Amino acid sequence: MISKKALVGAGVLASMLMMSSSVMAQTVGFSQIGSESGWRAAETTLTLQQAKERGIDLKFADAQQKQENQIKALRSFIAQGVDAILIAPVVATGWDSVLEEAKEAEIPVILLDRMVDSSKDLYLTAVGSDLVHEGSVAGQWLVDTLAGKDCNVVELQGTTGSSPAIDRKNGFEQAIKGHDNIKLIRSQTGDFTRTKGKEVMESFLKAEGGGKNICALYAHNDDMAVGAIQAIKEAGLKPGSDILVVSIDAVPDIFQAMAAGEANATVELTPNMAGPAFDALAAYMKDGTMPPKFIQTESKLYTQADDPQAVYEQKKDLGY
Amino acid sequence: MTGFKLLLRRILPQLITLALVVGLISIMFPGFFEISLANGRLYGSPVDIFNRGAPVALLAIGMTLVIATGGIDLSVGAVMAICGAVAAWGITEGYGLLPTLLMALAAGLACGLWNGLLVAFLGIQPIVATLILMVAGRGIAQLITEGAILTFNHEGMIFFGSGSLLTVPTPIIIAILTGALVTLIVRRSALGMLIEAIGINFRASTLAGVNTRVLLVAVYMTSGLCAALAGIIAAADIRGADANNAGLWLELDAILAVVIGGTSLLGGRFSLIASLIGALIIQAVNTGILLSGFPPEFNLIIKAVIILIILVLQSPRVRTVLAFLSTARADAAGQEKKVVEP
Repeated sequence: MISKKALVGAGVLASMLMMSSSVMAQTVGFSQIGSESGWRAAETTLTLQQAKERGIDLKFADAQQKQENQIKALRSFIAQGVDAILIAPVVATGWDSVLEEAKEAEIPVILLDRMVDSSKDLYLTAVGSDLVHEGSVAGQWLVDTLAGKDCNVVELQGTTGSSPAIDRKNGFEQAIKGHDNIKLIRSQTGDFTRTKGKEVMESFLKAEGGGKNICALYAHNDDMAVGAIQAIKEAGLKPGSDILVVSIDAVPDIFQAMAAGEANATVELTPNMAGPAFDALAAYMKDGTMPPKFIQTESKLYTQADDPQAVYEQKKDLGY
Repeated sequence: MTGFKLLLRRILPQLITLALVVGLISIMFPGFFEISLANGRLYGSPVDIFNRGAPVALLAIGMTLVIATGGIDLSVGAVMAICGAVAAWGITEGYGLLPTLLMALAAGLACGLWNGLLVAFLGIQPIVATLILMVAGRGIAQLITEGAILTFNHEGMIFFGSGSLLTVPTPIIIAILTGALVTLIVRRSALGMLIEAIGINFRASTLAGVNTRVLLVAVYMTSGLCAALAGIIAAADIRGADANNAGLWLELDAILAVVIGGTSLLGGRFSLIASLIGALIIQAVNTGILLSGFPPEFNLIIKAVIILIILVLQSPRVRTVLAFLSTARADAAGQEKKVVEP
């Protein structure tokens, strides 16, 4: 009875701590890819934080971008008899045998952020973001903001051929389809970096009459947008008003730009993949509820109206 | 006068190539030569070529000297990341502008010293010796920035990336000054000749009394210093140190600039100004691709084809054939004249 009440009031931290320490003290192994980006570091921070809040004993293994390290970590988790395993797989293939070992040991495995090419019954569920959806949220924001006004959009793509670049482009194009007032006039890769974002934006501005023909910028990630904002300023224009700026990821620096009125909107790729994973795991442990095979995280839209300064303060210590 | 003529003859192929590339861009993009002032700074596509080309030009200065000794420096991109990280770290920690700049330059010199010691004193092949820092360097830079993009908002530091002196963007000025200074040092003294001597025959130079080891270390340190300047510019440009991406693959662009500039990878004779023009050619191609509006899938193919054409035209075989054709034509013209005259 106590435990049920506690579950109902799950938002209350104190009760959660009490519940977890008394009722479901768990050990969960987490095999992280490494720390190749700020986002990944934030994901690690948040996973540790989420585990702590729920009183879960998290065993953390950093694979330093190597699959062999992840397989080793998984085998060691299995040998230790953990209750569940979280893994952010570095590549999609080659997981079958180790996932089968986990299945034989009856340890549920949850994939975070990335997918694997293994049979679906080898893992409990996968938590991730829908990249196409992210692009369409950004596109929809532009459609709503313009409200029928004519607008020429330039696009800063991610690394050519990478799946975020392809999907975020498709999603955006789907959203602006049928709105003839919005035209995508230039699209070029900025390799997801600030430097290239700035350089490519400089050329966009020159190629389009000093920026007079451009009404909005869509960047596949915030870093490129931050670089492009500087290029727009150096060209003597006002980012955020002369040229609207919408991007994806929601890293802390874009909130600073939004607070200064230089960026308009960003779509969050949440680093909190562990929260939904732990929720699904708790439900599964409690009464065997099978979660769906893919849990889509929310692609939340932030605009200047969402108190960007406060969000920045919140996010800046997550390790981005 | 003859010296100037010799120089012109040396860099003529590079100048013609640059003119051709720029001509090609201006045909595709008619507004190319428009230059105006924005925020008290020159603004326009030709300015972009110089401004964006400045980091590679700086790297090419150091790279030319290293290649002239018969070596190669693969670490310059990573050294850029390290020095950019040091600069961003120093400024955010509040060390002030001058100490921060000195620290960043010292980091570059230290990296060069490391490479130089490995090559000159341990006798490790340059491509392997500098590969170590190329791989480890980004890790070092990440340790300094703690894995994040370390941003700063110090006006004095930003000046090195997006400031201007007399309307000329600072990176251009830094690159030109560095190029002029290094040229002056190596050409007004015997240093340039000694560097070439090392590249042609290391042992013979040593036996002839050249202090080859110290000179080698000094050359690698120069390369490190140039990379430090490029790293400071790159960090100041985006107001932050991006350890993962600052200077990524720029070592290859720098080597390419030297090759386009006509300096042999086997070492020996070198021309700094030709390498600088080589860097401009590469950036002109890059800027041209961006202005052209082709889909990004074509970027690398277009760049590769243009570079291939440039290198084929500069190859000894093709140049011999071209020279042969032109002399043949001149001879034919001369003979016709003779026939007409009497």
